[in-house]
Amino acid sequence: MAGVGQLHLGTPFLPSASIRGRSSGGGGSRRLTTRIQAKIREIFMPALSSTMTEGKIVSWVRAEGDKLSKGESVVVVESDKADMDVETFYEGYLAAIMVEEGDVAAVGSAIALLAETEDEIPLAKSQASSSSSPAASPPAAETPVPPSPSETAPEAVSSPPPSPKSSQAAVSSTHPASESGRRIVATPYAKKLAKDLKVELGSVAGSGPMGRIVAKDVEAAAAVAAAAAPVSSVPPKSISDSAAVKAPASPAIQLGTVVPFTTMQGAVSKNMVESLSVPTFRVGYTITTDALDSLYKKIKSKGVTMTALLAKATALALTKHPVVNSSCRDGKSFTYNSSINIAVAVAIDGGLITPVLQDADKVDIYSLSRKWKELVDKARAKQLQPHEYNNGTFTLSNLGMFGVDRFDAILPPGTGAIMAVGASQPTVVATKDGRIGVKSQMQVNVTADHRVIYGADLAAFLQTLAKIIEDPKELTL
Amino acid sequence: MQASLSLSLSLPPAAPRSDPAPTVFRPSALRFCGLRREALGLRPLRPAGSTWVFPSPARTPSRKTVAAVSGNGSPSKGFDYDLVIIGAGVGGHGAALHAVEKGLKTAIIEGDIVGGTCVNRGCVPSKALLAVSGRMRELQNEHHLKALGLQVSSPGYDRQGVADHANNLASKIRNNLTNSLKALGVDILTGVGTIAGTQKVKYGKVGFPDTEITAKDIIIATGSVPFVPNGIEVDGKTVFTSDHALKLEWVPEWIAIVGSGYIGLEFSDVYSALGSEVTFVEALDQLMPGFDPEIGKLAQRVLINPRKIDYHTGVFAKKITPAKDGKPVLIELIDAKTKEPKDTLEVDAALIATGRAPFTKGLGLENINIVTQRGFVPVNERMQVIDASGNLIPHLYCIGDANGKMMLAHAASAQGISVVEQIGGRDNVLNHLSIPAACFTHPEISMVGMTEPQAREKAQQEGFEVSVAKTSFKANTKALAENEGEGLAKLIYRPDTGEILGVHILGMHAADLIHEASNAIALGTRVQDIKFAVHAHPTLSEVLDELFKSAKVNTGVSPSSVNEPVTV
Repeated sequence: MAGVGQLHLGTPFLPSASIRGRSSGGGGSRRLTTRIQAKIREIFMPALSSTMTEGKIVSWVRAEGDKLSKGESVVVVESDKADMDVETFYEGYLAAIMVEEGDVAAVGSAIALLAETEDEIPLAKSQASSSSSPAASPPAAETPVPPSPSETAPEAVSSPPPSPKSSQAAVSSTHPASESGRRIVATPYAKKLAKDLKVELGSVAGSGPMGRIVAKDVEAAAAVAAAAAPVSSVPPKSISDSAAVKAPASPAIQLGTVVPFTTMQGAVSKNMVESLSVPTFRVGYTITTDALDSLYKKIKSKGVTMTALLAKATALALTKHPVVNSSCRDGKSFTYNSSINIAVAVAIDGGLITPVLQDADKVDIYSLSRKWKELVDKARAKQLQPHEYNNGTFTLSNLGMFGVDRFDAILPPGTGAIMAVGASQPTVVATKDGRIGVKSQMQVNVTADHRVIYGADLAAFLQTLAKIIEDPKELTL
Repeated sequence: MQASLSLSLSLPPAAPRSDPAPTVFRPSALRFCGLRREALGLRPLRPAGSTWVFPSPARTPSRKTVAAVSGNGSPSKGFDYDLVIIGAGVGGHGAALHAVEKGLKTAIIEGDIVGGTCVNRGCVPSKALLAVSGRMRELQNEHHLKALGLQVSSPGYDRQGVADHANNLASKIRNNLTNSLKALGVDILTGVGTIAGTQKVKYGKVGFPDTEITAKDIIIATGSVPFVPNGIEVDGKTVFTSDHALKLEWVPEWIAIVGSGYIGLEFSDVYSALGSEVTFVEALDQLMPGFDPEIGKLAQRVLINPRKIDYHTGVFAKKITPAKDGKPVLIELIDAKTKEPKDTLEVDAALIATGRAPFTKGLGLENINIVTQRGFVPVNERMQVIDASGNLIPHLYCIGDANGKMMLAHAASAQGISVVEQIGGRDNVLNHLSIPAACFTHPEISMVGMTEPQAREKAQQEGFEVSVAKTSFKANTKALAENEGEGLAKLIYRPDTGEILGVHILGMHAADLIHEASNAIALGTRVQDIKFAVHAHPTLSEVLDELFKSAKVNTGVSPSSVNEPVTV
């Protein structure tokens, strides 16, 4: 799970307030961001809401060759929320329209060129025709883009209030694979989820009636794709794995092409390389889970999840081994963290995020389960606030649900340890009295920072954890 | 603008459908928004005395009426009845009540059950289902509940209980209707009515109309049935129309709704709230073709995109095969323009919401030389029936869905009242542009008068200016208190005269809010006058208050509207 929890996953997680703050810093709200290229400026697709990733050109208010003055409406853009008039901040001539009416462009990509003088229009036109298609332009994630709607825009009245749930764009009405002869049957919600989670439907096996793809198939596919990332133990390799998360075995991928990292993949890469500077080691343990399983069965109906049970057990074990919950940031000292915050890796939107169960040792199991559900929902809806995903002190990564029996994880920089949890499986075991029996067992594997946590620390911690899980009455106290 | 204009003119918005129904719909008559060609030319204010605009005769409570008219009058000389109405739906009922009030001896013939489509298979039971879906939606919206500080754990529903609620509501309203007719002394004649000749009606069992009665005037109010395009096999279980859907015998996991008009949209609201996933199949290039384009766009953002709904537009459902032998419902889609095969859907159920066809077979119209136009009975603006040679047939009227002017229950009732007025010697032409329409989704959509493209076309033809004003529910205190700030009200008006051409609302309780606008249109109230009317604060009605106030009219207050001093 490797440190992804500390990432800012691109714009969806940026609170809109901070975006506004940045734009207003320039004094006067800029409506169109332009990149200066000699005296020809590019007009970009603005981000009209915090969830907007692409915009559709509803209409060009002005035509090519028109002279524009500052603050004039140039184009009407349809975002996921509303139609808005977009104004120019610069004077000049609308030299070339690069994205036609009805077409869609990614936020930050150029949609038109603005020439400062009339003489430069031909130059701009040739520039526009030589540039690649607008959708392929790199998203300008670093460019401050003001989302504030124009006060004078007549359409602004009609815009619905920002509702985080209505962020999905319209779903394409065509079956993606109908032409290749193999039809894909997926329900409307499954299609929406696939688009949101960037899952290629062609690679998903349907479990619904008549083999159709339903929502949970897409969710499972996204989870598998996300979980695929940390399995590999060599950090550089896991980067390429996480790049594959986006479209696992997608038939749409053109082999042999070079694909630049997205903002998120870049951040993953940076974090992974950074993790190489921490000397880590691993200790594994086999834990019998029969008692935990039966406890789970008993309280499942009360909304308790296995994730919450594992987090709770881990937190309780950590109370007895505070060094395992510590972290070393500067290589000269380390901190015994004051609270036990269990980060749990989950798949989200083609990547990973680690929502944090704060004070997992103190919160009761029922509240913890509710909190977990809330966090997962928020993560899916891209509403997690930074404090909800980046203050973990110990990370859990569970691939057990996929039948993985053992794996190890990369330590997220800034934390002391991460535990990889495998599947609990019925195993033939020899008991102490010399008999042979069947018990459910799972393997856990902790990766830790050896600068502060030593082998004996982990061994003692795992022993405590095993005791708690094998006699789990403490968990429900 | 032009494209969308011709769309909304050529397609009857009241009859939402995805497939062309060449045999059913009259292109010449526009329904729903009241935009018949005739209506377009109709001036809202006629010279007083010659024509009444809209006589708003408040439907008198039945008991009071009984006391006032003491029974059902006595017939004119030589006739069994003054008025016989064929069909006891909402249209026939409205006409009968008004007729008794006017002292006419009235009979109503019904071959099925009192209440017609609206009460038994339409507006009424669907409102019960929508009441449930609205609450489910609220309870499921954790974000919304949390914003209000509410905690609700795992909301659920009992399908049979929901179905019973719809059924009980229908029978309650049906009983109310029947009782009000009986209380007034209207004779309810059971059987299928047939026109036997001028001023003559026969009724009895199907095929055996053995009883003949005479009446001075006759109103045909036989309504409509769901229209099912060719190629669609309805089995009533997995492929069905609104008739079956309203019984809510099951809630499919995935349902395709063919037609994205009112009926389809309301059912998508019900089914998606109850957990179904929905796929719309729409023949036109955009969903909700009957709405003002701006409202339609917002409706798509609010009612379609955030829900578990997807859609195929610009396609016909050429063939729909019900589920059998373990196979799902198969829907073959072809391109609406090229007729090329486009796609095949495999779903659990299909609801056919492609509009409604008039129910006029077996009426014996051929006996008096009437040729229906794709099933609709041709009428003039006074609902008088026109025969094959273009002449008016005396003493015969047709109201409601059967004439297809505006397929709405309350339009039928208003037409019936208009006819009774004429029978009573008071000429009356109903202004269909003042008839509101509503779609009871969550939030609701309502409208009266013209859409913006329609208004702009008329403005171009007649050479006047059109202005548009808009207000948002976001600015309304009551809406924000309810945490339901999503919505828009739109006013289309003439800036030179202040005439209201159309009002469209999407937002909480839009269906209840529209009447201020529809009454203003009916009574000819101008924007510059109504803006002085006071609205209670804080109420949703202030959305319209703001709307009227934001309109910019280039003329002063109408002289006639100056208020007389009132004692305080």
